[in-house]
Amino acid sequence: MRFLRRSLDRMHPLFARGGRFEQYSALYEMVDTLLFTPADTTRSAPHVRDAIDLKRVMIYVVLASTPAVAIGVYNVGLQANLGLQELGLAAATGWRAWVLQAIGIGYDPDSVVACVTHGLLYFLPIYIVTLAAGGLWEVLFALVRNHEVNEGFLVTSWLFAATLPASIPLWQVALGISFGVVIGKEVFGGTGKNFLNPALTGRAFLFFAYPAQISGDAVWVPVDSYSGATPLAQASSGGVEAITSAGISWGDAFIGTIQGSVGEVSALACLLGGAFLIAAGIASGRIVAGVFLGMVATTLLMNAVAPAETSIFALPWYWHLVLGGFAFGMMFMATDPVSATMTRAGMWIYGALIGFVAVLIRVVNPAYPEGMMLAILFGNVFAPLIDHFVVRAHIRKRRLRDGYEQ
Amino acid sequence: MCTFLAVSKRVDTAIGLGAAVIVVQGLTVPLNNLIYRFLLQDGALAWAGLPEVDLSFLGLVTYIGVIAAFVQILEMTLDRYFPVLHNALGIFLPLITVNCAILGGSLFMVERNYGLGESVVYGLGSGFGWALAIAALAGIREKLKYSDVPDGLQGLGITFIAVGLMSLAFMGFSGIQL
Repeated sequence: MRFLRRSLDRMHPLFARGGRFEQYSALYEMVDTLLFTPADTTRSAPHVRDAIDLKRVMIYVVLASTPAVAIGVYNVGLQANLGLQELGLAAATGWRAWVLQAIGIGYDPDSVVACVTHGLLYFLPIYIVTLAAGGLWEVLFALVRNHEVNEGFLVTSWLFAATLPASIPLWQVALGISFGVVIGKEVFGGTGKNFLNPALTGRAFLFFAYPAQISGDAVWVPVDSYSGATPLAQASSGGVEAITSAGISWGDAFIGTIQGSVGEVSALACLLGGAFLIAAGIASGRIVAGVFLGMVATTLLMNAVAPAETSIFALPWYWHLVLGGFAFGMMFMATDPVSATMTRAGMWIYGALIGFVAVLIRVVNPAYPEGMMLAILFGNVFAPLIDHFVVRAHIRKRRLRDGYEQ
Repeated sequence: MCTFLAVSKRVDTAIGLGAAVIVVQGLTVPLNNLIYRFLLQDGALAWAGLPEVDLSFLGLVTYIGVIAAFVQILEMTLDRYFPVLHNALGIFLPLITVNCAILGGSLFMVERNYGLGESVVYGLGSGFGWALAIAALAGIREKLKYSDVPDGLQGLGITFIAVGLMSLAFMGFSGIQL
């Protein structure tokens, strides 16, 4: 470590103002702050003494979502191996089959190692492409606009990769993260200046540009010619009964052994990771509670007007919680501190709005089986307006309390 | 000179204009509906003994005329009773005459064959949606004042991008059939 520090210190004058590589200082900054805690301190008042900084916030979010992604990776492999078994195929096709054969790991769905390895062979390329394509734009903007490469991209790339299905073509991954980083964030000036969640912006772009691959009505099992409907699509045609008769119990959906995007399948891991974020003071518990209560209230309303037991209107709230991206979105996406509301009362309203719209799209809109992503983006769009009114109401309240005129 | 982009710098004026659009839409769409069904439609003049007359080619001109008249009335009313709002909206109040959303409301009403009741609901609903959208855009633009937009995109450029991203979020409602 000391060697690294010394060599970085030796290079520092080259990148400092007036140095030979002045315009590449963002690159130096990136490597330095990735390896070591920045030594910069605030020079003028006010000073906040707190153990938390932007870097730790971002690393905590990645840590908290790691269990969900880990279970997701296992599950991708599991679903692929089960799919192969179901179709009676002995081996996968393409380079993955070659790798699996080379390291001598088969396609046994009961073996955790086989499933994790097979899953990693899908998740790693997606994540590497995300990092490379998104990182390229991030560094390019940092160099041209002379700001720092921010740790925020670590979270954006991680969460973006986690929201993608394993079967997505890699060029779409690159396109999606490029849109998310450039249009969703960098044109507004980088981390903290955007109004939509960049990871979800990228995913929504792919969602509307290439609906054949990620619209969410057919499952994403990366096995050739394997097809089927997702639990939510089944529910929209036949209610709970259709899901359970397809062999998916609530426990499966809760633990995360159902088909879906990489990170979203395990509601359990998402809830645990989210609890950690709330306890660490990073995610807002108010937003999470607001999303949850908004979802439960809307679902109860839908249940009350359900025309029949087998309609999607009758799907109970505990199923809404575990299916699709609800838990993942509630814990990791809606709580993004940049695009969410800033005021306390606003957080409740913002959360409830997301929960409401998510259920509304799932239940009432036949065009999209899943609505969590669009609901969060919708919440992001209205977050500044909600804050505006909360602040205004607060000012009025204090004025009245202190006896001023209107 | 699009009102959606021009009047969305502040939340208060945006909401004022939004309310004006709700009023204009709520009145002009049903009125245009009546005019279309009893004067312009093919065979609509049968009650006057002219069953072969088809005046539907006059639609565009008539709808704009009705809208312009209503906007004028609205402007005079605002000038008299809400002078502050009238001053804040300025030139953009008369300009909602040529607002594409308002004419679009009347044209969609004709295309979709709405009845009178439906066109009242449609007019109010589309006006309310427009008000919601401009208020949200104003909120975003107030927030964007603190962002660091590249020189080439400042002003209208970033607003266009913001509106495009907003439409991505609103796509969730497309396709709802009740």
